[in-house]
Parts: sequence; structure tokens; C-alpha cells
Amino acid sequence: MPEAYVSMWKLRVPVPGASDEGDGVLMHGWCGKILHIDLTTRSVRVEQPPVETLARWIGGKGLAGTYLRPHITRDWSDPLMPLILMTGPLVNTPSPTSGRMCIASRSPLTGTIGDTSVGGTLGTQLKKAGWDGIVISGRSADWCGIVIDDDTCNIVEAPDMKGMTTDRVANHLKTRGSTLCIGPAAENGVRFSCISIDGHYLAGRNGLGLVCAAKNLKYMTITGSGRTSVKDPEELKLAREDIFRLVAASPILFGELGITNYGTGALYDLMDTRHMMPTDNFRKTWFDAAGTMNPYAYKKRYGTSRTGCRGCHILCKKQTGDGRAIPEFETMSHFSALLHNEDLETVIEANRLCNQLGMDTISAAATLACYSEITGEKVTGDRVLDLLNAIGSGSSEGALLKEGSAHYAAAKGQPEASISVKGQELAAYDPRGAYGMALAYATSTRGACHLRAYPIGHEILRKPVATDRFSFSGKARIIKISEDMNAVVDSLTACKFVFLSASLEEYARAYTAVTGEPSSAQDLLAAGERIYYHDRIMNALNGFDAGADDLPMRFFTEPGTGGAGFEVPPLNRAEFLDARAKYYRIRGLDASGLPTRETADRLELEWNG
Amino acid sequence: MEGMIRKYADKLVKVGLCEPDAPLIGFLDADVVWNRPDPLTVELQKVFDSIIINSLLFALPTEPYRTMIRYLSRSGETAIYPKDCETRTFLHDLPIAGSPDAATIVAALKRRKTLIIPEHGIITFGTVSPEQAFIFYSSVCFSVFVKFFSDYLLQLKQGTLTDEFRQAFRDVRRYVPERIHQPPARLAVGPFTQENRVIEAIIEAGAKTVEYELVDSFFGNISYRMGDTIYISQTSSSLDELGGCIDPCPLDGSSCAGVTASSELKAHRETYLQTGAGSIIHGHPKFSVIMSMDCDEPDCEQRGECHRRCPRTRYIDGVPIVPGEVGTGPFGLCNTLPAAMVGHPGVIVYGHGVFAPGKVDFTDAFDTLLGIETGCRDTYFRMVGE
Ligand SMILES: [Zn+2]
Repeated sequence: MPEAYVSMWKLRVPVPGASDEGDGVLMHGWCGKILHIDLTTRSVRVEQPPVETLARWIGGKGLAGTYLRPHITRDWSDPLMPLILMTGPLVNTPSPTSGRMCIASRSPLTGTIGDTSVGGTLGTQLKKAGWDGIVISGRSADWCGIVIDDDTCNIVEAPDMKGMTTDRVANHLKTRGSTLCIGPAAENGVRFSCISIDGHYLAGRNGLGLVCAAKNLKYMTITGSGRTSVKDPEELKLAREDIFRLVAASPILFGELGITNYGTGALYDLMDTRHMMPTDNFRKTWFDAAGTMNPYAYKKRYGTSRTGCRGCHILCKKQTGDGRAIPEFETMSHFSALLHNEDLETVIEANRLCNQLGMDTISAAATLACYSEITGEKVTGDRVLDLLNAIGSGSSEGALLKEGSAHYAAAKGQPEASISVKGQELAAYDPRGAYGMALAYATSTRGACHLRAYPIGHEILRKPVATDRFSFSGKARIIKISEDMNAVVDSLTACKFVFLSASLEEYARAYTAVTGEPSSAQDLLAAGERIYYHDRIMNALNGFDAGADDLPMRFFTEPGTGGAGFEVPPLNRAEFLDARAKYYRIRGLDASGLPTRETADRLELEWNG
Repeated sequence: MEGMIRKYADKLVKVGLCEPDAPLIGFLDADVVWNRPDPLTVELQKVFDSIIINSLLFALPTEPYRTMIRYLSRSGETAIYPKDCETRTFLHDLPIAGSPDAATIVAALKRRKTLIIPEHGIITFGTVSPEQAFIFYSSVCFSVFVKFFSDYLLQLKQGTLTDEFRQAFRDVRRYVPERIHQPPARLAVGPFTQENRVIEAIIEAGAKTVEYELVDSFFGNISYRMGDTIYISQTSSSLDELGGCIDPCPLDGSSCAGVTASSELKAHRETYLQTGAGSIIHGHPKFSVIMSMDCDEPDCEQRGECHRRCPRTRYIDGVPIVPGEVGTGPFGLCNTLPAAMVGHPGVIVYGHGVFAPGKVDFTDAFDTLLGIETGCRDTYFRMVGE
């Protein structure tokens, strides 16, 4: 490699509690060390947060929020805006599906808090290297990389890597550890550019790749060799068995037709039969070619094999025989139905291209669908790939499309053609077919997001029990509880899929076994409530209120596509607003959706609203 | 949601788990709604205020559950540890506490889905719907029943029965009906060649299975094979309410639309392929579950692992008992059940329930299910000296 090592630190830090009592270590689960890197001054600093702080925020999303809060009103491109990588206490332990981590900053796409849970091996390597997280601020004068090898940190010049696609970066670096990088899309200012992990896993949503680019940070590699201390390995083994047993009992996860066998694409046929597959930019909810674009079609044509995150046995990722990724459900759906594309190869190639350029597939496909609606041009086949390339390079039509569908549609004078909330495009579940999903898209603190509350669990997948998908009854509290739950899952940092069968009851057992901190399902849920409310406080500081917690008007005025014996009517606006008002009450917000001092005090959150 | 809480309150009474007016169910969205007024709601409101849930169910069960709970919690036990599959998979254990005050309830429900308060009732909750609370309640009753009868048989064999247990057993025995039921009038006659007929037949068979108390919490699953399609009840569906809850699953897997199908789809599918059966009913009849866990090999090297690996093939009245956990994991019953279905009238899965195949409709499958349970019940009472 031609790179010059410009800065290098050996960060010998006393391991918390090396002095100890009894078992040799005072801190279990957490490393007790956060690495702060300033790319402007090329300096580093090690912080050792007390266990009380770690236990209060758990890790991942929760802990990331505490580093984001002081800077949240800065512009995302301000050098002082931190880019935060945070693991959780369960990472690098035998706790199931716990190899994930959270990447957070302020979202360039939405202006809200931006955070995304990502898999692969980065979280595990970070923990192995002895760090709970890394907070990166400042801006390098030229493109650079960060190389972390256990307690050594280097900042490396990397001007020659500018323009490199994510797959080439991963190959170029040849690390035995894990890589994080951005592609050309982020370098060229794509608002929905992502961060790529290990060449295959994406911190996809919210445009966080752009924050990396604003720091001139092209890549990181992290290699670790340490172990994470587990307080009670025997108890963790029992918790693990409880979780495995529940996963095995889950048809959606482990069943013949479930995620283990078909990837998240397993949802595709179901969305089709429920008539909630967003089609033609959400103008229809049923795609006539779905039967030939389903996971079975991929399996037959490409003979798929499975792979997945470190520390997971569900292995939700699928590959073709020649090693290309089979798209995730959202991508599979949006690059087929949303664009009315009937060619499998186009979907696979669009997915590959987005990953290599480094941009979010959901926003990319939805932005093309918005373009198609506004221009009246059919965007299928090679035209899809051409436009994606244009976006990734910011050239021709891409110059405007790279700003996302909301900017694009507004610039074209047709804002209603952008199917987005707070500027982020909706995922592949039409809200007219699942009213909890409608409310969840609106209340999500990072713009339209299906994962914050994932009501598809009960509205479609019948887990833990089925609810009436065409009703708002009871949904306000269900959404609030699910948001709390997923906030804590993203803090632990575990995989949300597993919670379609296991629950915080089993994970509380794992958490306590790992950390030694007493906990229960409800204690964790209470931490989740605090973490989620913290999001709301940060968003309010940037002016987000009820006006932003809303859906595109199309869903209230146009019906979806009905099926045999059922209609998919437009959402009832009054009912939606009533459910949202209830949500605000339940969440402890005021009628405008703004946080209150009273709730902040109850949740022991700092108040500067 | 008012409709939901009334529905589950009525259902608890209808299936004999509660006396009329015993169930107290609250649902909280923005405000709490109760199915009826009760002084206890003051204390339960505090529970709603203290933990993050949306449904609460509190009810005193009927006999014989009350007596069983009294006995099982006799000397200040803090939990009951039944060994059946339901408890193992979903409830883990059944905590017990002394008084129905908010602090006690909150402390228990923070970590578990249920709390037994002897002489007062069973309390359960939901975070999505009152149906969860209902399911947990019904599961507790089932697990308590299985635990009580299993313990009695075991201690009788070991010669460790106390007078107290004998008395409790006599008290309980009075409430267990003499014979389950007479065989039913015939169900719809197959073969069924149209989808709507298949679905009607499945709905009918499901309702009968619940009516005859051959399943707990109304789970279990039912399927029918028509040509190259398996019609199967969905996951988390109540067998007495299968309308709209049946998934058609192509045998060749060409659609994943059945991803909501029962967790036992694979076991059903393999059974169809290996046995040529045309229908399958899977229920959780109590005495079949109890008898499946009765094993006379205290020194077996797999003791404690019986639900996952049993080194011997055991039979009750010619019906094999196989190990296997719910679903499709490495120890899943999909690995053990289908082969055992070949050449046998039905199969009992250890600590879990019965799978009964039929030829062209559900009549023979139902008779088999009922027959196995009746046989297990008779065997049990013969073994305890009746
Ligand atoms: Zn079963």
C-alpha cells in the first residue's frame, strides 16, 4: 500500500478494574473504554465511562445518543458533528444474534437524529480490540483512513482511494479484521449514501455515508484479539438455550418458508397476497408480476446459498452461485414492484450497484419511482442501472436525484410524488394495508422507517399475536411499546428479527449473565423508553414537531389495490390523527408532539428544551 | 378493544377455566378500559402505571386448578417448574407470590409473563393485545395440571407420596370428568377437492378439537393435503377460530406466502410425503402429555434431556413417543415425528402433544386423537390404582 502513516498512537489504557476483587475484572460485557478521534487535529483520547453510565444507556443506540446530544443542532457537515460507532455489551459474547453495532450522527437526509443498526463483523472486531465505541469528529485535510489494531490507532492518508467502490476498498485493504468504508456516492454528495461494512453489510438508511465523507474519512479497519468478559457463563448458556429454542419454534425465522431458508425475501409473497406491496410509486398495492419475482424464483434461477452476521445462527443473507448478494426483501420489492420492473437480473444488478456505489437501496429505488411518476418515463432494465450510476456520480439527472425524492419532487413542483416522511422514503410495506405501520412511519424519529416499531410483526406475521391490520384501535400504545423495545434491542446490540420469537425476558437474562447488572424485561424496556424519548428531545431541538410526524397525502386520498373479497381503502385522516394524538399522550409529549419537562424528569433525562 | 376484552373474559368462562364474572381484564391505550368494575382495579391500575404493558388479566381459576395450585404452592414455594414443552419454551417457570398488591405483582411481572397468587388468582399481561394475557393464563392452567398429575404419579412410584398430596389428589379427582366424551358425530366426509371445502373441513375439525379439550390455549395445528398443496392453520391461531387463518402452501415451496403457517409445517409436510396421509390434527391433550413424560429409567444417561433425545423408543398402547422440540431447530420434532408416523396410528411428542393422521378427511384423525387421549387417561388412572 502506498499510504504514509501520518499519525500513530499506542493507546495503553489501564483496563478498568484490573486491580479487582475475585474474578480479575470489574467490568463485564463492556470494555469500559471509548476511543475519541479528532481528524482535524489528528489526535486521540481515551475515555473511560463509569459502569453506571454504561448500564443506564446500555450501549449501541442508547450510548451513541449521549455523544450526539451536545452537537445535535450542528449541521451534519460541521466538522464538530461526531460520527459515532457504538457496540453493545452482548457483542463478542456467546449471546445469540448479538454481533451488531450502531452507527449514529445527524442525518444528512432528514436532519433528524440518524442511527442505524448494522451487522457483519465490525462490532465484534471493535469489542475484540477493547473498545465499546469510537467517536470521530473533525475533518481530515485530505481523504484518510483509520486503522485500529487492538490498542493501536493510526490515521492513514488515503487520497488514492478516492472514487473507489466499496467492493474495491474491501479488496484493496485485505485486512484480517473488519472494514468500514464509503463509496463514490458519499464522495459525490448523495443524501442517502450508506456506510458499507465488510463489503456486504450496510448501514443503509439516513445517509450516514455523507457524514463520513464530510470528514474525508474513506475507510476504517478494525482488528482485535481480545475477549469480552462474561460475568456468569453458565447462566448465559441457559439464556442462550432459551433463545435458540424460541427461534427454532418460529416459522418466520426458522421455518421452511422463513428467513433462514429464503432470507428476508420470505416476506415477498406475503406482501403480495395481503395486497400491501407498494407498486408504481405507491399508486397501487399489488404487483401483477410478483409471482415471478419472488424468493423462489431467485432460488430456482440462482441456486442461492446462505450467509450472515458474526454470532448469528439465523443467517438471513443469501447469495447467488457466483457470489452476488440476493437482495433483502425491501430491495427485492422496491426494485421490482415499485418500479414495475419484471426482470430478476435487474433487481440483482441494481442491488449490486447500490452497494458498490454505497447508497441506500430503499431510498434509491423510491427516488427512481418518484422520478418515474413525475417524468412519466418507465424506469426498468438498463435504465434503472443508468440512473443509479448517474446518482452515484452526481451527473446528468443524478445531480438532482442524489438529493433524495423529497428534494427532487419539490424542485419539480410535485412534492406529493415523494413518498417519504421527514425526507426519508418509505420501505416496502404500504401503510394502507397495516395501520400500525402507518402510525409507525409517521412517528419514527429518523424519518420513514419500518424497523423502529416493526408492527408487521403482529399485523402480518401474527407475532406475538395477531392484531387487526385495518384498525388503529390500540395501535398507539403498541407502537410506543415496540419503539421502546427496539430502542433497547439496538442498544444491546442484538438483531430485531430474533424478537419475532424471543423477547426481552430472555435477553434480560443474557444481559445480566454477561454484565452482572441486575435487570428484567421491564427494566430493559424502561431503558428503551428513555433512549427513545432522548431521540424526541434531540429532534425537537432541531424543530421537529407534529407537522413532521405525518404521512404523504396520497395515503389519505387514494385507495390501494383491493383483492378477492377485500378493499384497501385510503387511510381515514381523522382516525390517523386521533391515533397520533393518543401516541403523543402515551409517549408523554405535548399535543404538538414536543417533549415535556415533566416526562424528561420522570425519565431522568437532561432537559434543555 | 372493548370487544376484545369482553371476548377473552367470556372465553375463559366458556372453556371452564373461570367462573362467570371471575375474569378481570384491563386494556390500556390512552386510557384503561376494564371489562367490569372491581375494587381490585385500583391496585391493578398501579401495575399499569409501573410497567410498560397494555393488557392485564386477573382471575381466580375454577377447580380443579385452585386445589392444584394450593397444593403446589403449599410450603412457600416461589415458583413451579413444570417440565412440559409449553412451559419450557414460552413461560420458563411459573412464579408464585403471596398477596395481590401492586408492588408484588409488579416485581413478578417485570421478569415473567405470569404470576400465581394462591387463593386469589393468576395474573398475566400483554404488550400487544389481551389475547397474550389470555394465552398465558390458559397455559398456566395447562402446565399446572400436567405438573400436578405428573408429580403424583412419580411420587406414587417412588413411594414418597405424602398424605397431603393424597388428599389433594382425591379433591382434584372429583373434578376430573369420568370419561372425556363419546366419539363425535362424523365430521365432513372427504375427499375434498375444492379449496373452500378443505377450509370448511379444517375449521370444523379445529372447533371439535377445542370442544373436546384436546388442546391447550387453543393452539395445536391442523392441515389437509389436496393435490400438491398443504392447507395448514396459521401460527398463533386458535383452533376454534380458524376462519381466515389457513395458509395454502405448495409442496414444492414455490411460494413463501405460507411463512405465517404453523411452526410445524415442515413436520406436516414430511409426514405427507412419507406416509401418504391426507390430513393431520395436532393437539395437546393433557393425559397424553402427562403419560409421555412417565419414564421408568431413572438412571438413563439422557435424563433431563428427554425432550430432545431419548435413547429408547417408547410406546403407549402401540403409539410411539418421540423426543423433539417445537419447530425446525436441530432438536426439532420435524426430525423425529415424520418417520415415527409411518406404520403407526399416531405419535405422541414427549411433553408436548399428539399428531394424528387421517386418510381423506378428519374423522379418522379426530378419532385417533381422542382415542390416544382416552387410552392415556385410562392408563393413568389404572396406574394410580383406580
Ligand atoms: Zn404443539
